[in-house]
Amino acid sequence: MTKNSFETWLPKLVVAPAFVLGFAFIYGLMAWNGVLSFTASRMLPNYEWAGLAQYERLWEMDRWWVALKNLGIFGLGYVGGSLLLGVILAVLLDQKIRAEGALRTIYLYPMALSFIVTGTAWKWLLNPGVGIEKLVRDWGFPGFSFDWLVDTDKAIYCVVIAGVWQSAGFAMALFLAGLRGIDDSIIKAAQVDGASLPRVYWRIVLPALRPVFFSTVMVLSHLAIKSFDLVMALTAGGPGFSTDVPATFMYTMSFSRGQIGLGAASATMMLATVAALVIPYLYSELRSKPHDR
Amino acid sequence: MTAKTPWVPSIGRLLVYAVLALAAVFFLLPLYAMLVTSFKDAQEIRSTSLLALPSAFNGAAWSSAWSSACTGVDCNGLQPFFWNSVMMAVPAVLISTVWGALNGYVLSLWKFRGSDTLFGLLLFGVFMPFQVVLLPMSQILGWMGLSSSITGLVFIHCLAGLAGTTLFFRNYYAAIPKELVNAARMDGASFWQIFWRIVLPLSTPIVMVTLIWQFTNIWNDFLFGVVFSGTDSKPITVGLNNLANTSSSVKAYNVDMAAAIIAGLPTMVIYVLAGQFFVRGLTAGAVKG
Repeated sequence: MTKNSFETWLPKLVVAPAFVLGFAFIYGLMAWNGVLSFTASRMLPNYEWAGLAQYERLWEMDRWWVALKNLGIFGLGYVGGSLLLGVILAVLLDQKIRAEGALRTIYLYPMALSFIVTGTAWKWLLNPGVGIEKLVRDWGFPGFSFDWLVDTDKAIYCVVIAGVWQSAGFAMALFLAGLRGIDDSIIKAAQVDGASLPRVYWRIVLPALRPVFFSTVMVLSHLAIKSFDLVMALTAGGPGFSTDVPATFMYTMSFSRGQIGLGAASATMMLATVAALVIPYLYSELRSKPHDR
Repeated sequence: MTAKTPWVPSIGRLLVYAVLALAAVFFLLPLYAMLVTSFKDAQEIRSTSLLALPSAFNGAAWSSAWSSACTGVDCNGLQPFFWNSVMMAVPAVLISTVWGALNGYVLSLWKFRGSDTLFGLLLFGVFMPFQVVLLPMSQILGWMGLSSSITGLVFIHCLAGLAGTTLFFRNYYAAIPKELVNAARMDGASFWQIFWRIVLPLSTPIVMVTLIWQFTNIWNDFLFGVVFSGTDSKPITVGLNNLANTSSSVKAYNVDMAAAIIAGLPTMVIYVLAGQFFVRGLTAGAVKG
């Protein structure tokens, strides 16, 4: 009898540390950060209530607006670019290609690298003096100019290029997995009916991949919002603060400017954005799933 | 299967191959440029093209990147950072994997009332922007006496990886036939016996996926490394970033590139050796079973 009740408690006991620590880590620290964002904390956290003052400051800062605008550009370019390139490559690879394995490996290897490595490499390739600009000029186009990295208005597009290079293979892998799950006979049947291959893909195959499309957008856009390393390695937010994104803004305010309350407020805004995106997605994923077999 | 089509390329097929090859060039170009540059000397970088092969294999930049390049005031190369990353990643990967396996085992095979809801709440940890935990966490680490230490980084990585590893194992174990477990229970096998004798022997693929996934994430982490590490505990990503951003009059691009390759080498080697597990980790992280 005692053994029995111990056996029923044991599984709960085993997962208890995970839920206690995990929830403390996720929701406890989330709440704590929220509290900090309502205080007047500067160099050190203090708990003097300041109401919405930090949020008001935040939304009045030019630098925050620049960070948001950059996140918009980066998010659209990064998610859109990775998605587009990923779909194209996946569809082409699906055509019974020789050396498919090798090509897949090549397309996906950047994903194994850290954004810091990626950023370091692209920083040099995009450097006007020594990188691609010099290469094309040496080829005999002395007028060629590609100095986006040091251009306040265009540097954020460099971050997009490096980001797409890193993540397009990931989108490709997801779409390829989806394509392999589609029954070949559907394609055959449509072709027998006289539809051309591109038309079959456009009308039948790609629409069937909607769930994959959705998951990919979800994962990539939450990565875009969290994106920190790539910007730090590639531009460190510069020139000036022209390539700041919310993640680098939060880091600068909290750890080098001594504006902890402001940093906490910006972190809360990031959290709210991710939550708005992810919670409906998680909810539908978990609900639609046939749990018990 | 259909008979192999004879090797007569149509225009369409040629076009497909052309696009794929072009894409391969785009993805390989940075790696190629990094490699050739790392074997050139400063003079050769200035005088030759980005794509030109080095005139001789000159390993000076590599040894400099490994043991003598300067990051700020220290001139010991990436070596100390590399070993910091090893000492951080190995325990963090092992702990978070074992922990995830136990959680996944309970959450799929020993469900209790409310376990699915609890799991759903835990799952948000996979997506949460870690910026939210940085400020409170630095206070907690201070109280625990773990600020600026590798132990502190291991602690954070275990917590941060918990949701993901639990997710992997739970989804994988959900596919184990319930009958198998029920039969063992009838025979009087205990919770631990079922785990050791039945579940664990079936787990090799998911253990591989989780180990590789966690290793890649932890090795590549920069955010926790830059915020929570001290002088003696900086991981390699921070070391590389400091090295590449050290302002000196003459930029040593060959050293930067060698350093970047060194920092990326462990995960690249794993990717080449066990790419299928890495890819499965990617897809498992994106699409819930």
